[in-house]
Amino acid sequence: MKPQTENSHLRRKLLTPEGIALHLQLAGAGERAAAFLIDAFIIVLVLVVLSFASFFASLSTTPEIMEVVWLLGFFLLRNFYFSFFEISARAATPGKRLLGLRVTARNGGRLRANAVIARNAMRELEIFLPISFLFSGGASGVDSWLILLGLTWSGLFLFFPLFNRDRLRIGDFIAGTWVIQIPKTKLQTDISQHNISDVDFDFNSKQLATYGIHELQVLEKVLRLKKPEAIISVAERIRIKIKWIKHKDERDIDFLNAYYSGLRKTLESKLLFGVRRKDKYHEV
Amino acid sequence: MSKIQESPSIDLRSLQFRREREKDWKLLQELIERVEKNGAKSLDDDELIALPVLYRTTLSSLSMARAISLDLDLVQYLESLTTRAYFFVYGTRSSFMQRISGFFADDWPRAVQKLGAETLVSFLAVFLSAVCAYVLVINDPNWFSAFMTADLSDGRNPEASVEFLRDGLYSGSLRDGLSSFATFLFTHNSRVAILAFALGFAFGLPTLFLLVTNGFMLGAFIAVYVPKGLGFEMGGWLFIHGSTELFAIILAGAAGFHIGWKITFPEDLSRLQSATEAGRTAATVVIGVVIMLFIAGLIEGFGRQLIKIDLIRYIIAILMLAMWLAYFYLPRKPEHQK
Repeated sequence: MKPQTENSHLRRKLLTPEGIALHLQLAGAGERAAAFLIDAFIIVLVLVVLSFASFFASLSTTPEIMEVVWLLGFFLLRNFYFSFFEISARAATPGKRLLGLRVTARNGGRLRANAVIARNAMRELEIFLPISFLFSGGASGVDSWLILLGLTWSGLFLFFPLFNRDRLRIGDFIAGTWVIQIPKTKLQTDISQHNISDVDFDFNSKQLATYGIHELQVLEKVLRLKKPEAIISVAERIRIKIKWIKHKDERDIDFLNAYYSGLRKTLESKLLFGVRRKDKYHEV
Repeated sequence: MSKIQESPSIDLRSLQFRREREKDWKLLQELIERVEKNGAKSLDDDELIALPVLYRTTLSSLSMARAISLDLDLVQYLESLTTRAYFFVYGTRSSFMQRISGFFADDWPRAVQKLGAETLVSFLAVFLSAVCAYVLVINDPNWFSAFMTADLSDGRNPEASVEFLRDGLYSGSLRDGLSSFATFLFTHNSRVAILAFALGFAFGLPTLFLLVTNGFMLGAFIAVYVPKGLGFEMGGWLFIHGSTELFAIILAGAAGFHIGWKITFPEDLSRLQSATEAGRTAATVVIGVVIMLFIAGLIEGFGRQLIKIDLIRYIIAILMLAMWLAYFYLPRKPEHQK
């Protein structure tokens, strides 16, 4: 379950030391929140299991041991759970891994342990301060408007990621980190290899000069997705555009495959001469 | 018009390019997937050496593919593969234990050293507010309630009898130690410390407030015991763990001030860069502070229940302080000589 949404406003460039640009896709606020909720759930689950275990281990003891488990356990977990997982080579908590996210240094360098610790120590301010304001309601004699004020103020930190374009938490901001999507890596077969019945299709050079790279790659997407309606309509439009007369038992998919191969060959041989025809409006 | 007759599947240069290199890419992908799943330990020596080489090969494939191939899927594949490999090749290579020992041997004391001026300010904030509260309460005990809430002082106020106060200094069983250690001493203090750091973000003002309130409480508290002739005894009771605990709180305050200061006055860095650098130093200090508070909590929860002789309490207090000072401030090799 890796919802990989492509959002161009969350794409960032990373220049490797070898001088080649890679593109990173930042995680959206929703994914970040979901990952956090999963982690929070795990923490609570561990605490519940711990208290049951300590309860059965010492049936005789008072509720005191429970108090110790919750206070000490909750403190240790909430402060070290995140850092522990993010310091490892994967740089992701279980929640982040489930959503296909990881933490990296904003400058593209090494993610250092103290950066991880800094970004997670800030959670005290971002998450646990608002929570403690929320629950301090009936407890002491503090004015309720004062609590409301505190809640609003600390809430500003909680929603900080929504107010900057890099979706940085305060912790990210302080630590110089951000959270990115781990790109999916699957190499599909080259479409031009699918072509089996190329003898039937011989396009002339004018027909192959109709489109540019953009159209070629749109066609590639259509052929990879293999939606029947899309294939029919795209084949129809290309035939009209290049004035192709349909053979007797010519299948749309074969036509598109053949045209894709022909167009790609034409455009790639132009590339070798340094001509990159961006789209059909681009005259070379 | 010329006709294109050849079979396109044979003559595409980008296809040939792919066929020649695909094996390397798949190998890199397999290694990276293994590393991401089971860590660097899952690679043997040969694979560990091969990985950066494969990464560079694939990277050059990527730049080649961008130039000659119009297969979008291929370019995207190579880009995502090199990105994942990049994080391994240029990412963390040391093991978790190495990083932990590096923290104690180097990162932590060095970060504390960097915060010299802030530590002094933080110390003065606590010290002066404690003196202030002490003087006020000594002269007029009514001030006590202004600095201390009733549930925190727990009956130890200026009206309390000498016997009650003396009892408080030496009573307590080990059992109390465990629960008080966990419930209040450690978790509460650590939270205060982390907050002092985190609040530094708001230009350090809330940090100052936090330090001053703690100083007030300290001063007011001492002022309850001294007039009753319990000053010396109270000192042993307080400082056996207090030398560690107060030091920790002062350092946490210093971490908060450091961030606040660097955000307010970024000098020749951008504000964001300045905040980032300060944040890393300060966070290192604060995580050390939590460890100090853990030790202080142990001394307070257990040590103080076992050791009831004033002199030994004082000796422990001084030894701990000397140890911390030596650990943090004794000269070290400069960073670049490592």
